[in-house]
Amino acid sequence: MATTTVPRLRRARRVVPRPKPTLVIGALLMLGFVTMAIIPGAIAPYAPNEFDYGAILQAPSAAHPFGTDNFGRDVLSRVIWGARIDMQIALFTTLFPFLFGTLAGVVTGYYGGWLDAIFGRIVDVVMVFPFLILVIAIVAILGPGLSNMYIAVSSVGWVYYARLVRGETIVQKNAEYVQAGKVMGYSPSRIIARHVFPNVVTPAIVYLMTDMSLGILLGASLGYLGLGAQPPTAEWGVMVADGKNFMTTAWWISTFPGLVLTLAGISFSLVGDGLADLLRPKS
Amino acid sequence: MNRWQYVLARLLQMIPTLLVILVLVFFMVRLLPGDPATAILGDRVTDEAVERLNRQLGLDRPIPVQLALFMRNVAQGDLGTSINLKVPVSRLIAERLPITMGLTLYAGLVAALLAIPAAILAALKRGTWIDGTIRGFFQVGLSLPVFYVALQLLTVFGARLSWFPVGGIGSSFGENVYYLFLPALSLGFYLAAMLMRNLRASILEVLTAEYVDFARSKGLQPRVVLASHVLRNAMIGTVTLFGLSIGRLMGGAVITETVFAIPGVGRLMIDSIYGRDYSVVQGLTLAFAVVISLVFLLTDLVYTVLDPRTKMA
Repeated sequence: MATTTVPRLRRARRVVPRPKPTLVIGALLMLGFVTMAIIPGAIAPYAPNEFDYGAILQAPSAAHPFGTDNFGRDVLSRVIWGARIDMQIALFTTLFPFLFGTLAGVVTGYYGGWLDAIFGRIVDVVMVFPFLILVIAIVAILGPGLSNMYIAVSSVGWVYYARLVRGETIVQKNAEYVQAGKVMGYSPSRIIARHVFPNVVTPAIVYLMTDMSLGILLGASLGYLGLGAQPPTAEWGVMVADGKNFMTTAWWISTFPGLVLTLAGISFSLVGDGLADLLRPKS
Repeated sequence: MNRWQYVLARLLQMIPTLLVILVLVFFMVRLLPGDPATAILGDRVTDEAVERLNRQLGLDRPIPVQLALFMRNVAQGDLGTSINLKVPVSRLIAERLPITMGLTLYAGLVAALLAIPAAILAALKRGTWIDGTIRGFFQVGLSLPVFYVALQLLTVFGARLSWFPVGGIGSSFGENVYYLFLPALSLGFYLAAMLMRNLRASILEVLTAEYVDFARSKGLQPRVVLASHVLRNAMIGTVTLFGLSIGRLMGGAVITETVFAIPGVGRLMIDSIYGRDYSVVQGLTLAFAVVISLVFLLTDLVYTVLDPRTKMA
């Protein structure tokens, strides 16, 4: 247990700041979206793909607070069901990049050498592409759809985590606690897993929240372009695209899903910023 | 190393990266599920048509030979021919890339014009309601999807109020400043939000520096201190962020050009994907990589001018 005393001492000296109100607001909103994603059926007044040809293109009213679309579908219900897809997008566009990128970053940063050189080259190649262009190019090969979009985003997105964590690892690997671990005769894998990793993972976690907000926006953008979720799936980007031809006659079809999408983006980025303030030691 | 040697060295460093990209782009079409020719032509074609296309694309030869031919062609500026538009891909790119670059730079300009004054104001009025309002406004901007802003601006200021055209481009520079205003605004808004945050934080940091105290105690006018001491130093990081964001802006141009029907490379990319026009997708992917590499180089150069202490290595 002797090795844990150093981080413990540091932790004891750090005063834990109170969470800012923006973090609380963001977290509450996020909780709301996650609830919508888990039990949309219990919240939404109608089914997401329930056609009602007697109630086409109706303006917002008590029966349909967000109005109805050109198939008579209730926009509010579709927005609520959309949370399920868009929260899934937030998770699936970031989970693999976070896990693999963090692992790749800590390993290449710690060992260096030929592995680092190869990964460095891959990172260079990915970085000279606009992220969206590269994702679109991969979707072009695989074909449009949600699963292919996840594959495309995952195969590119890990690079950002790897770069971040590698940089941190290079700084940390010369720290005294690592030297101490070596002197104690610990194996490199133990030093990486138990000592270096906990000290370099924080920036990756902070970035994860921001990345989720970007992931939602990216997924919705691809949905809008017809390359992500496919109609009639209730996904916010797809819904904005569904209503784009009715913007001057039935503005509510696109406007509400877009506003909710923006709100979701804001909630995730508020949580990301708030966490960054809480977790990053003030230097 | 002087500046020109540095540029040359950096250009040479780009070569291996671009070679890797070239190989990747080559395999892009070969990775298409099934037979590329069938993927391009669809299922309902004769075997002869498939064979003819295979020969035309050189797909009947061994892979290493194909790769060598592809490299030779690219080196000669031949990126193949668009199957749908029946035009050389290089010509398409030459025609449409300037439109996208123009839109991107315009969006960058709009972003800077929005962000710089806002950041200065917010930093100087730190903690007041002015600061809060500006930060809140740009916080929303960070989460506004480009396609949504574009669609709403188009509807309100284009279709409803008729202040701006509802899409397309003009035929002269002056006309394009007008035609591309809404697209540039929708594209630049996100960048403006990022720049504002970054610049506000840098200004606040620089304001605490000793050389600022010194400049003030010399009796310099606050305006002079702000312009030549605070801003110049605070801008260094922001310029880097700006350069790194050009790639994101060009990616966003795909969306903006689709919403506003602008005939740039972004819209061409989407059209080519739907039209299974893979030589165009290939050529565009390559073009984007080259442009972004050059922008990164330019960013580094501007950095060395702003901060002469930077070592060129």
